[in-house]
Amino acid sequence: MTDEWKPKILGIICNWCSYAGADLAGSARTQYPPDIRTIRVMCTGRVDTLFIMKAFANGADGVLVSGCHFGDCHYLEGNFKAAKRMFLIKSVLKNMGIEDKRFRMTFVSASEGAKWAKVVEDVVKTVTELGPSPLKEFRQ
Amino acid sequence: MVDETKSQKPRVGVYICHCGTNIAGSIDIKELQDFAQTIPNVVLADEYQYMCSTPGQKKIEDAIKEHGLTGIVVAACSPRLHEPTFRTASKEGGLNPFRFEMANIREQNSWVHMHDRQGATDKAKDALKMAVAKASLLEDLFPKSVPVEHSAMVVGAGVGGIQAALDLASSGIKTYLIEKAPTIGGRMSQLDKTFPTLDCSQCILTPKMVDVGRHPNIELMTYTEVEKVEGYIGNFDITLRKKARGVLTPTEAETRGIVGGGCNGCGDCEQVCPVIKPNPFEMGMAPRKAIYIYHPQVVPLIYTVDFDSCVKCGLCVEACGEKKAIDLEQEDEFVTVKVGTAVLAVGYELFPVEKKTEWGYKRYDNVITSLEFERLICASGPTGGKVIRPSDGETPKKIGFVLCAGSRDNTGIGKPYCSRFCCMYSLKHAHQLHEKIPGSQSYLFYMDIRSFGKMYEEFYYRIQDEGAKFIRGRVAKIEEDPITKNPHVLTEDTLLGQPVDIELDMVVLASAVQPTEETNHVRHLFGVSQSMDGWLLEAHPKLNPCGTTTAGVFLAGVCQGPKDIPDTVAQAEGAAAAASIPIHVGEVELEPYFAMCIEEKCAGCGMCVNLCPYSALDLVEKNGRTVMQVTEAKCKGCGTCGGFCPGGAIWMQHFATPQIVAQIDAFLLGGEQ
Repeated sequence: MTDEWKPKILGIICNWCSYAGADLAGSARTQYPPDIRTIRVMCTGRVDTLFIMKAFANGADGVLVSGCHFGDCHYLEGNFKAAKRMFLIKSVLKNMGIEDKRFRMTFVSASEGAKWAKVVEDVVKTVTELGPSPLKEFRQ
Repeated sequence: MVDETKSQKPRVGVYICHCGTNIAGSIDIKELQDFAQTIPNVVLADEYQYMCSTPGQKKIEDAIKEHGLTGIVVAACSPRLHEPTFRTASKEGGLNPFRFEMANIREQNSWVHMHDRQGATDKAKDALKMAVAKASLLEDLFPKSVPVEHSAMVVGAGVGGIQAALDLASSGIKTYLIEKAPTIGGRMSQLDKTFPTLDCSQCILTPKMVDVGRHPNIELMTYTEVEKVEGYIGNFDITLRKKARGVLTPTEAETRGIVGGGCNGCGDCEQVCPVIKPNPFEMGMAPRKAIYIYHPQVVPLIYTVDFDSCVKCGLCVEACGEKKAIDLEQEDEFVTVKVGTAVLAVGYELFPVEKKTEWGYKRYDNVITSLEFERLICASGPTGGKVIRPSDGETPKKIGFVLCAGSRDNTGIGKPYCSRFCCMYSLKHAHQLHEKIPGSQSYLFYMDIRSFGKMYEEFYYRIQDEGAKFIRGRVAKIEEDPITKNPHVLTEDTLLGQPVDIELDMVVLASAVQPTEETNHVRHLFGVSQSMDGWLLEAHPKLNPCGTTTAGVFLAGVCQGPKDIPDTVAQAEGAAAAASIPIHVGEVELEPYFAMCIEEKCAGCGMCVNLCPYSALDLVEKNGRTVMQVTEAKCKGCGTCGGFCPGGAIWMQHFATPQIVAQIDAFLLGGEQ
């Protein structure tokens, strides 16, 4: 298993933009690596910092939160309020000794299927380069 | 939250869809099915060719009764596509529809990992685990029915907006038609003739404009902009800014106690006004005064003061006399109207083709845009329909038409899309030129002639027969002869494979179209997404081309993507029909994704109250404690409050913290715990 390590990446994405964008990537058959598992929420505003910490605590190697572009939020400004929280996550992760690059927030609209594929590709690449999460060993 | 079925162990049924080979082609269905049987709480795992078919849905319905299922998981396409289908099937089987959960193994799996069967299958397993984990914790929810206001709004009164408003109003719905310009009619009223029938544009449009003006169900509000949109489908509260027009309508005059007064469109004020400005309706080629109407057929026939250029000399007020129609101190007014649904038909503008500097628009006198040509050749235009060269007023004999001027342009300066109607109107222009100026010659520089509509190809042949010259090649450069001011068109004739340099009297650029700045503003107000190219995004490109992702908001015309008049009118009728459905039904069901306060946990800190974009949350006193309370009618279910609550005291229905955490655990811990 160790010689073929694949990262475990959690994506939490909003229904109106990024989930729709990810669906569009599918319709267009844009290929990207399969190392991400997504959870659909109505808005990235729903993303509790707890979810991200929980994911890392459970051994996720990377977490991606993706929502609408600023100004495009289906609920006016949920993405903005989420983004403010995400800065907090970054600094907490750093203080815990986890590379903050393992966590990312992106903005992918419902028409940006190709961008979604690029984002996933890039996240997978970044996390793969970083290797398994340091918390994993700790858990054992 | 409190649920009697909770005590009972969850019993989840899993269904895996092959979707023909769409899913089965990239994912090992057998392996997935075997795996599904090992997931905790799963009592049955089945597969079927097409789950969305009637037999597929029947499987779910029967199994719910037979096995006493408490949750259903279907692993198939995107929930954005078939969630409603399977919810209905669950309901038919006697299960609350909100106990259904979908695992997306097509759009976000089999279609994007087509060459990695093992990777795709592993991902599908995780998706199933996560969906089962959530389905095990789902609860009964009940959609709320809300009454729908018996009125609609149409924003933009070009031909699309006019048609949508007429249709809505004629079906018995009170319709507010909002237009930011002083008159309705939009772009179509600027055109001379329409292809391929060569109907006079004004002649076929003005009857509709007049109908709008006197339809008992239409409240026409020109020179008005949307300021604020609140509420949701069925109950939009829309605040409008009625811009100060400086001129009173007869009704407005009457409310001010001026009997028999108000503007009757006589034009006496315009005669005496000393300020001269270019008229945007004539593409700046004719003057207008600071108090003006666009053209004689405006609806409503009311003058407008342009306060940016008015010097407030008061001559117009004197000229108006007893009618007392002019009020130079008028201020913007705000009105709020309640509507059930809205149609956006906000149109387009021309791409600023001067950005393509190689064609010299705005530098060379005799290079003009198609809309300018349209006004020049129009009998009611600034020259009375006489085509002249801007440089010397002579009649041009040789005119070049440059197609795809900014369209199908991947240089980053122009637009990558096809503007869809330039080919046809350029053919029409060539015809009009031959008709108006005997002995004239038209040259069409084209990439491809796209004459796809009904009778369009036949029209193309007709223009070929009339002697128009077609040169296939994108124009590389236009140069001006400094003495004669004749433009030289330099291009490559790609059919002959040789460079061409043609001296012409005038060049018309068939400029690309683009969304207006207001489009973006209006879209933010109504919460509508945009496509990559800036046009408004429809709910589905094929199956819901009039709808948007915001329930109750519909699209018509070019604002959704370039289209000609027949397509615009067709879409407007579609949008009007779609917008009238909820109104005629009288009530809509809202998804019950409301926030709820878990009062025992709530500390009454009030952070959520400030976060809510809809003011749906309040702090109230209950049993001697301060706790938060949700107004369900205002809550749209975004969950921003729930994402922030430091005490975990907010329960987001259907997206509750335990449900999401269960998904995370299922993925990373393999469903233990």
